Amino acid sequence: MPKYTKPPSHLQEILKWNGWGYSDTRFLFNKKGQAEFTGKRYRLSGMIIPALQNWFEGTFGASVQHKSPAMPILTSSAVQPPTLNEAFVDELKSTGIPCSHDAEDRVFRGHGHCLHEVFALREGKVGRVPDIVVWPNCHNDVVKIVELACKHNVCLIPYGGGTSVSSALECPPEETRCIVSLDTSQMNRILWIDEKNLTAHVEAGIVGQELERLLNESGYCTGHEPDSMEFSSLGGWVATRASGMKKNIYGNIEDLVVHVKMVTPQGVIEKGCQCPRMSTGPDIHHFIMGSEGTLGVVTEVTMKIRPMPEYQKYGSVVFPNFEQGVACLREVAKQRCAPASIRLMDNEQFKFGHALKPQVSSIFTSFLDGLKKFYITKFKGFDPDRLCVATLLFEGDREKVLQHEKQVYDIAAKFGGLAAGEDNGQRGYMLTFVIAYLRDLGMDYYVIGESFETSVPWDRVLDICRNVKARIIQECKDKGVQFSPLSTCRVTQTYDAGACVYFYFAFNYRGLSDPVHVYEQVEHAAREEILANGGSLSHHHGVGKLRKEWMRETISDVGMGMLKSVKNYVDPKNIFGNRNLI
Amino acid sequence: SKCVYTYKEHRDPMLKKRDDFEDILEERRNSSDLKYALRCYTPVLYKGVTPCTSSMLKSMVLQSDQLHYVINQVSKETGKATDDIKEEASAILEEMAQCLQLSTVRFFAFTLSKAFKTLFRSICVNEDGIQRLQQAIQEHPVVLLPSHRSYMDFLLMSYILYTYDVALPVIAAGMDFMGMKFVGEMLRMSGAFFIRRSFGGDKLYWALFSEYVKTMLKNGFAPVEFFLEGTRSRTSKSLTPKLGLLNIVMDPFLKGEVFDVNVVPVSISYERVLEETLYARELLGIPKPKESTSGLFKARKILSEDYGSIHVYFGQPVSVRSLAQGKVNRCQFNLVPRHIPRRPSEDIASFVNDSAYRLVRAQEENMVLKPWVLVASLLLQYHHQNQAAGQKRGIALGELTAQAVWLRDLSRQYGAFLHWPGTVVTQVFTIILLALLEQGLYFFELLSQAVILLSCASYRNQALHVFVRPALLALAIHTASSNQKQEVFNSFSFLRNMFSNEFILCPGATVQDFEEACYLLVKTGALQFTQQEVLVTERGHRTLAFLSTMLDPFLQGYQVVCRFLCEEATETLTEKQFIPAVRKFIKKLLLAGFYLLLFLRFSFVCVCVFFFTSAFYKMHNCVLCVCVCVCVCVLSR
Repeated sequence: MPKYTKPPSHLQEILKWNGWGYSDTRFLFNKKGQAEFTGKRYRLSGMIIPALQNWFEGTFGASVQHKSPAMPILTSSAVQPPTLNEAFVDELKSTGIPCSHDAEDRVFRGHGHCLHEVFALREGKVGRVPDIVVWPNCHNDVVKIVELACKHNVCLIPYGGGTSVSSALECPPEETRCIVSLDTSQMNRILWIDEKNLTAHVEAGIVGQELERLLNESGYCTGHEPDSMEFSSLGGWVATRASGMKKNIYGNIEDLVVHVKMVTPQGVIEKGCQCPRMSTGPDIHHFIMGSEGTLGVVTEVTMKIRPMPEYQKYGSVVFPNFEQGVACLREVAKQRCAPASIRLMDNEQFKFGHALKPQVSSIFTSFLDGLKKFYITKFKGFDPDRLCVATLLFEGDREKVLQHEKQVYDIAAKFGGLAAGEDNGQRGYMLTFVIAYLRDLGMDYYVIGESFETSVPWDRVLDICRNVKARIIQECKDKGVQFSPLSTCRVTQTYDAGACVYFYFAFNYRGLSDPVHVYEQVEHAAREEILANGGSLSHHHGVGKLRKEWMRETISDVGMGMLKSVKNYVDPKNIFGNRNLI
Repeated sequence: SKCVYTYKEHRDPMLKKRDDFEDILEERRNSSDLKYALRCYTPVLYKGVTPCTSSMLKSMVLQSDQLHYVINQVSKETGKATDDIKEEASAILEEMAQCLQLSTVRFFAFTLSKAFKTLFRSICVNEDGIQRLQQAIQEHPVVLLPSHRSYMDFLLMSYILYTYDVALPVIAAGMDFMGMKFVGEMLRMSGAFFIRRSFGGDKLYWALFSEYVKTMLKNGFAPVEFFLEGTRSRTSKSLTPKLGLLNIVMDPFLKGEVFDVNVVPVSISYERVLEETLYARELLGIPKPKESTSGLFKARKILSEDYGSIHVYFGQPVSVRSLAQGKVNRCQFNLVPRHIPRRPSEDIASFVNDSAYRLVRAQEENMVLKPWVLVASLLLQYHHQNQAAGQKRGIALGELTAQAVWLRDLSRQYGAFLHWPGTVVTQVFTIILLALLEQGLYFFELLSQAVILLSCASYRNQALHVFVRPALLALAIHTASSNQKQEVFNSFSFLRNMFSNEFILCPGATVQDFEEACYLLVKTGALQFTQQEVLVTERGHRTLAFLSTMLDPFLQGYQVVCRFLCEEATETLTEKQFIPAVRKFIKKLLLAGFYLLLFLRFSFVCVCVFFFTSAFYKMHNCVLCVCVCVCVCVLSR
C-alpha cells in the first residue's frame, strides 16, 4: 500500500465522531439527576441546569433511568474496505497532496448531521463512505485533483465543515466508482484584505469562527453568522446559499460575495473583475451559489467586510401570544427597522429556553426572576401557556443602537410587548449554539429530534406555524409514537415580503421498532405541509438528497431542465457525483 | 367486473357498528321544564377560541381583506363610491347576521320542551355521537350537516345540543323565514343567519356571505350548521347536494387558514314528518304556503296529532383534511393572495362535489328505518301490480307479515339501520296496522287517492338508499342483452348514469357501486358469478323482482317526461312552465286511461335541469330517443 501523509491541522481530532461538536463538550445528567454542560468553551459550560431534567421528563415522558447509550468507539470492521482506483491514487501521491484511506477519516467525511446519519453512527452502523480523503492546500492543488479525477473517472465529493443537514454528504449507494472526499479544511487562509473596498479574499475552507477571529484581529468582520459558524466553512456557505443570523445588517451570503472562484471539470469559473454589480446576463455566481457540490469546488471567495461594531446589545420582548409577536415582527419589517437579529420563539420554546437557565448564584437574582414572573403573569395578565418571547440583537455605534432599540421597543409596545431584559435575549442566542448538543443528550435517553426551516410570505406565517406543528403531532400519533412529541417553532428572520421559520421537533421513541423510519415519515409529512401552506423547500439548509423529490414542483420542469443542462455542460461525466439537488 | 372479488368483507354494511339511542324526552316528562330552561349552560368550546360577540364578528367581516378587495372591485366596476358600497355591505350583513342570545335559547328550550312532549313520543339521540361531537368541537372548527326533512330540523338540533351542553350552532337559514314577523327575529336570536335564495352574480353579497361564514368557522365562534340538500326533501328521499356552502366551509382548510375542519353528518329520521300532507299536496302542484307567523299559528292544530318518535344520529366526524388527502393539491393557492376571490379550480370543484355526495350518503346510512317503511314498500308494489292487472284485491295479513319479515332480513343484510320494536312479529304487525289505520292509510279504498299514495311513497323512499345499488343491478340484469358480466356492467352503468340526479350516487364511483351491488346480491344468495357470466339463482328471482320493481315508478316518471318532450314540448318552453305543463300532460294521460305508478314527483326538476343542461334544443331528439327506448324496453319486459 502507498504511504499517506496527513495534514498537520486536524479539526477532526477535537470533534465527536458520532455527534455534534467538540468531544469535551456535552450535556449529561449527573448522579443526582441534574443536567450539566461539560467543557469550557461556552458560557453555559461547567454549569448545572437544574430545571432541565424536569422539563425533559415532563415534555417527552422520558426518564433519566432509561438510557440508550451510543457505541463508544468505531469498530473498523464495520467500515467497508475502500474501492481504490490505483492509477488515480498513484498519480495523486506523486503530486504530494496529502490523502488518507483510514476508516476513521473516511467515516468522518461520509455524513452530515441529519438525524438518520447520526443515529446510525451511534449504533455503529456505517454505510457507503468515501474511499479516500484528500486535503488540498490551495487552489492549484484543487485544480490538479479535479484534473486527475476527470482523467481517471473517479467521483469527487467536496467536504467543508461537515455540518450539512440535507444528506448532501452521503455517498450515493449506487456509485460504483472510487469516491474521493475533497476536504478543503487546509485551505483556511485570508489571502488579502482590501481596506479601500472593504473586501477580503479568503480561501474557501476556512470555518466561520476562524474567519471572524482573523478578521477581528484587523478590526473587521464579515458579520455572517450562521448557527453552524463554529464548524461550517465559507465554501459550504457559498455552495448551499447560507444565511446568517445578522443578515439584517450584513446580508445573506449572496449579498456578501463579491467574487468566487470555482474549479469545475471544464476548468475554473470566475468573473473578470471585482465589481459590486453587473448587468452582464444572468449572474454566474447564481449557478455557483446553491450548486451543493454538483458542479465543482469553490476554492477562493472575495467577501465584503465591515469594521467591527462599536457596540452590541441584546434584548428581549415578551408578548401575550404568538399572534401578537408575529404582528410585531411584521411591523418591524414593514418599517425596515429590524435589528441585527430578531427572533420570535413560540410558547413551547420559551418554556424550553426557561428550562435551560443555569443555577443562579445569588438569592437576589432568583428574587428578581420571581418578581419579573409575577409582574408578567399576574400584573400584566399574560397566560404562561400562551406568552412568547422575541430575542433581539442590536449592533452599531452606541448612540444609534440605543435609538434603534427604542424604536423597536415602541413598536413592540403597540402589540402588547413588554421589554424583558438583556439576559433573556442573550440566553436565547446562546441556545442556538448548544441546542445541537442537546439533541445528543436526547438520544442518550430515547429521544430523537431535528430542526428544519422554511421561508414563507408574511400573510402565511401564522398559518404555517400552526399547521405544521399540528401536522407533526398528528403524524406522530398516526405513526404509533407513544408519547406526545415536542413540536415547536420560531420565526428567525424577517424580510420585506416574508419570514424564515424554524421548526423543532422531537419525540420519545420507546416502543417503536424503527424510530428513524417513523421520524423520516413525520419529517416528510411536515415538509409536505410546509409546501401546501405556501412555504419554500428550504430557506438556507439547501436541498441535498433529503429534499430532492420536491425540486421539480419547486422550480418547474423548465427550471429543472436549465439546471440539468448546466450540469451536463460543466460536468458531463458526473465527476462531482454527490447527486444533490437535481 | 373483475373487481367483484376485491370488494372487501370488512366493508360489509351489515357489520357496521352503530351506537345505542337514549330518549331525551323521558327526562323532560319527569322534571321541570322551567328548571331545564334556566339551568346552567356551559358548553366546551374550541380550544383556540377567542371570545367574541356577534357585533365583533360583523366588524371582523367588514374589515377583512377579502371584503376590502371586493368593495374596491365593485366600486371600480359600478363607479359607486366605496363608502356607499361599504354602507350597503354593512346593511346586507345586518340583514344576514345571527345574534345568538342565551335568553332566547332558554325560551325555546322551554317552549319546545312543551311542544315536543305533545307532538312526539320520544326523541332518541345517540349519546356516543354527542361525545364524539364534543371532542371534535374542542379540536377543530366543526360543521354540522343534518339531513333536512322538516322545518323542525334546526330547532331540534339546537334543542338537543342545548340539552347535552354542547356549543350551540349558527345555522344557515333561507331568507323565507325573515318574512315571518317576530319569529324570524326569534330564530336569529337562537343562532340562525339568513341568506338569500339566489344571488348569482352579486359579488358583494357572495363575498359578505362567504366571509361571514368563514370568520365564524375559523375563529371557532360556534359550530356552523347548514343543510347539504339545500331545501327540505318533500319526498323523504335525499336530494342531491348543493355545493355553495360546503365550498365555503372547506375553503379555510384548503387555504391553510385552519389545520382541519370536522364535518359531522347528522341523520334525523322522523317517524312521521310534520309536513307530511303538505308535501304531498305540494308535489301535486298546490303551491307551498308562504312562511308566515299567522300560518305557523294556524298550523298549531298539528299539536293534537301523534308524530311518533324521532331518531337523531350524530355520525362520525369526518376530517376534511383526510377527505382531501391525495385529492387536492393545496399548493395551487400559493401564487395568488388568498383573499382574492377565485372560482374553484377543477380538482377542487370535483373534490367538493365528491365529498358532498359522500356526506349525504353518510347521512343516509344512519337514517333509522321503521317497520312501516318496509311495509309501505311492499304495499305499494302490491297495489301497483293489482292496479295494473285491474284487480281490487287486498293482501292477507299473514302474507303481508311473512313478506315483511323477509324484507326485514333482506334489508338488514344490506346494512339498513332498522328500528324494529319487539321480537314477536305478529304483535309488531298489529301495531303497524293500527298505526296505519290511525293515519288514514287503511289501504285499498283510500289508496286510490293521490295524497295517500304519495305519503305512502315517501315512506317507501326512506328505504331507497338501502336498495338502490342492488336494485340498479337487478334492473341492469333484466335489461342487459345477455348475462355476460361486461354487458350487465354496461347496462348498470347506463342506468346509474340516468338516475344520477335521482338518487345519491357518488359521481365517478360506478365501479364501486357495481361491486357493492354484486357483493350484496352474491352474499344474499341471489346471484352467482362465473368467469364470464352473471347468473340469477333459484331463490334470487324473488329478490331481484322486488328490487327492480322498486325502481319502476322512477322509470315510468322519466318515461312520461320523455313522452311529453317528444309529443308536446314546444321550443319556447321555459323551465318555469315545464313542470305545470308536464302535470297537465299526465292528467291527460290519466284521463285517457293510461295507468301510472306514481304521479308527478318533485324530482322532475332534476330531470328537467338535466335536459336543459345537455343542450336540450340541439340534441333533444337523440337524447330523448335513447331515454325513451330504455324506459320502454325496461317496462315492457
